[in-house]
Amino acid sequence: MTAARDKFGRPIVVVTGMGVVTSLGTGKSDNWAKLTAGESGIRTITRFPTDGLKTSMAGTIDFLPVQPSSSTDLSERLADIVAEEAIAQSAIGTKSDFPGPLFLAVAPVEIEWPQRLELGHDTGKTEFDYDDLLRVSGGGKYTRYHRRFLFGSVADYLAEKFGTKGSPISLSTACASGATAIQLGVEAIRRGETDAALCIGTEGSVNPESLVRFSLLSALSTQNDPPRLASKPFSKNRDGFVIAEGAAALVLENYESAMARGAAILGVVAGCGELTDSFHRTRSSPDGKPIIGCVRKVLADASMESDQIDYINAHGTATPENDKMEYLGISTVFGERAKQIPVSSNKSMIGHTVSAAGAVEAVISLLTLEHQRIPPTINYDVPDPAIPFDVVPNKARDARVTAVMSNSFGFGGQNASLILTREPI
Amino acid sequence: MTETKSSNPGPAEVWITGIGLATSLGEGLDANWDALNQRRINVDENGLAPYVVHPWAPVNFDTQIPKKGDQRQMEAWQRIGTYAAGLALDSAGVKGNKEILGRMDMIVAAGGGERDLAVDSNILSLRAKGNSAPAFLNERLMNDLRPTLFLAQLSNLLAGNIAIVHGVTGTSRTFMGEEAAGFDAARIALARIAGGQSDIALIGGSQNGERKDMLVLYEFDDFNLKDKFEPVWARGSKAGFALGSAGAFLVIESRTHAEARGAKPYARLTNVVADQARRKDPGEVTATLETLWSKLGKLDDNGAIITGATGAEPVTSEELAFLRRHPDFAVRAIGTAFGHTMEAQFPLGLALAALSISRGALFSPNDPTALEVEMSTPPTQIVVIGAGHWRGEGMALVEAVK
Repeated sequence: MTAARDKFGRPIVVVTGMGVVTSLGTGKSDNWAKLTAGESGIRTITRFPTDGLKTSMAGTIDFLPVQPSSSTDLSERLADIVAEEAIAQSAIGTKSDFPGPLFLAVAPVEIEWPQRLELGHDTGKTEFDYDDLLRVSGGGKYTRYHRRFLFGSVADYLAEKFGTKGSPISLSTACASGATAIQLGVEAIRRGETDAALCIGTEGSVNPESLVRFSLLSALSTQNDPPRLASKPFSKNRDGFVIAEGAAALVLENYESAMARGAAILGVVAGCGELTDSFHRTRSSPDGKPIIGCVRKVLADASMESDQIDYINAHGTATPENDKMEYLGISTVFGERAKQIPVSSNKSMIGHTVSAAGAVEAVISLLTLEHQRIPPTINYDVPDPAIPFDVVPNKARDARVTAVMSNSFGFGGQNASLILTREPI
Repeated sequence: MTETKSSNPGPAEVWITGIGLATSLGEGLDANWDALNQRRINVDENGLAPYVVHPWAPVNFDTQIPKKGDQRQMEAWQRIGTYAAGLALDSAGVKGNKEILGRMDMIVAAGGGERDLAVDSNILSLRAKGNSAPAFLNERLMNDLRPTLFLAQLSNLLAGNIAIVHGVTGTSRTFMGEEAAGFDAARIALARIAGGQSDIALIGGSQNGERKDMLVLYEFDDFNLKDKFEPVWARGSKAGFALGSAGAFLVIESRTHAEARGAKPYARLTNVVADQARRKDPGEVTATLETLWSKLGKLDDNGAIITGATGAEPVTSEELAFLRRHPDFAVRAIGTAFGHTMEAQFPLGLALAALSISRGALFSPNDPTALEVEMSTPPTQIVVIGAGHWRGEGMALVEAVK
């Protein structure tokens, strides 16, 4: 072990607690066992009718004994579960008294169809418009929906339950949100504002309208049968991502204060990088420069060279566009080594947990470091010759892994990358 | 930039060097300044009656969003925000400066976009007429939703559009959470620059208040002001807020960075603090504001306060109790002139504070209750307050540059 500051003189930021829930199950142990067994959590949707939809499968979480009435309810429930797990592992603070701020990656919140239908029914009419809905909305009958459908509502609940400090931040950087939550925590600790931060990404948004929205953008896989084969990152026959639910939480701490309280160090967030793509709302710049710049920034922030990275936890959504651009970005920075370094996509098994993905995949990256074993990219039967990554096809692999790069690239030009290491460097 | 310079001699002084305003009172600093001093209010009691809203003053979008294709890809809230962001970049003198824009932080305080009211209403009406087949909702949504509407609704796509239209590409973060998103955007951007993690940032937010779908959310707890407009402090038993329409963006940067490029400050952004009271017992907001006040830094006598007070209760009364404890400070509630612009309310307050300091005057009071009084001296310190209608308390200290 070395000094508690990095090469820039900043406090080193470590992870002392992690929690995760995905369509594979609840908790690190269950998820790790299934991820390394190459299992898929993708299943046919049963929560609502899928008739008339092009996509009828997703990585839903329907094994919890709660029937959510909205995506926000489920997002909150999932965030609650993973925060419990992470805080318990880190043994930080006392119950309901987490000694630091909350950074929450959460999907944008809105009133959903069950509530809209409830209002519509309440009008007592068969022909009506928003004025009629407005007329029945007030008077106290639906006060709970004001609380529920505020954008800050999930963070509000978590801040109270876990006793985080200060103004909780709810954020969205689309598919990079989970990574951004971690980045905000890292930055706060590096600035010396706090010794600890609770960073959570959560996603409970498998509902009819979210499926339709992504379908209309032609972003989703439509290979519904069998669901477990739908998510095919880096394969030639990949046809889109599979939307999924999940959440992950990380307790970040200043290395020095974590050591002082005798906490077990699970890993280090050695670097964060971010660079925006201004090319298009949903597509990457064809020259890959923003992704390349993002990857270079994260390496610079970690004071590392690309040859020190042993494994890349890819964004790997399985959309034709993303996987191609990710190869362009990685191969430009890593050169010939891009063909040798293991690059796998957890999304082949758990689907794309959108707002949570960056956090979920950071946890899986840290588990990879802990177990020295790389989860595979499953459903890799038809390699795409244009993407000659070593995708760790179909079977997990033991490997020496000291540093992982985890990438997140999202709509709106949101690119964020993290470098996670086992030990401080 | 995430990188911190290795030698950090102490917190950097941060200046407000750009302001972009496009509001219900008009476009640009002069239009807003003049309207405030003339006590002009653009409010509509009829268009969405019984709900009172402040309509946005139309602009020629082409001047800040030159491509019609870009304009079409956005809903009103994104167009308003992208437009105001462009004004802020112009004001700071960095528009088109690829070197600076390529490393500029951006933190946007955002809600979400308008729904397609016709689609929603049609689906609900058809459903009420007995269309309950399993595929009904799915098929209607697949057929009726415009494919690009999703992108016009997504919270982070205001930032996405600003990146596309204006080329701000250093970092991009979107904070949500109503009023708190506004003060946290300023708080984190300031902390990054003061801590040497960045040199320059664009912060702000926007809202289109003429939205029935948004009125529904706030009507759930009867927060909307109805029937008749009243100034914020004069709402008495008719508590509530009139949704406002505004884009408010600021460019903030380290003094060193500003001086190196010859940029002039409107004001200094000295501190931003925030907290979240649980609000379970009366007086919690008053106490939280008092605590935040004590953390702002040294306050001289005879300063000013610009508050985003909403008119909602009980928070407005709790804030009023706090204000009455600081009678030396001239108060202005921007909610009277602009309504409640939610995520944009705190950036709007920051903008008006910086503008007041740069113009050497506090704008006119507009308050029949006489809580707001004339201020005859040029303000050198203005405290900006945000107390969310339901959650979140924030405060900033804006000062004249010495």
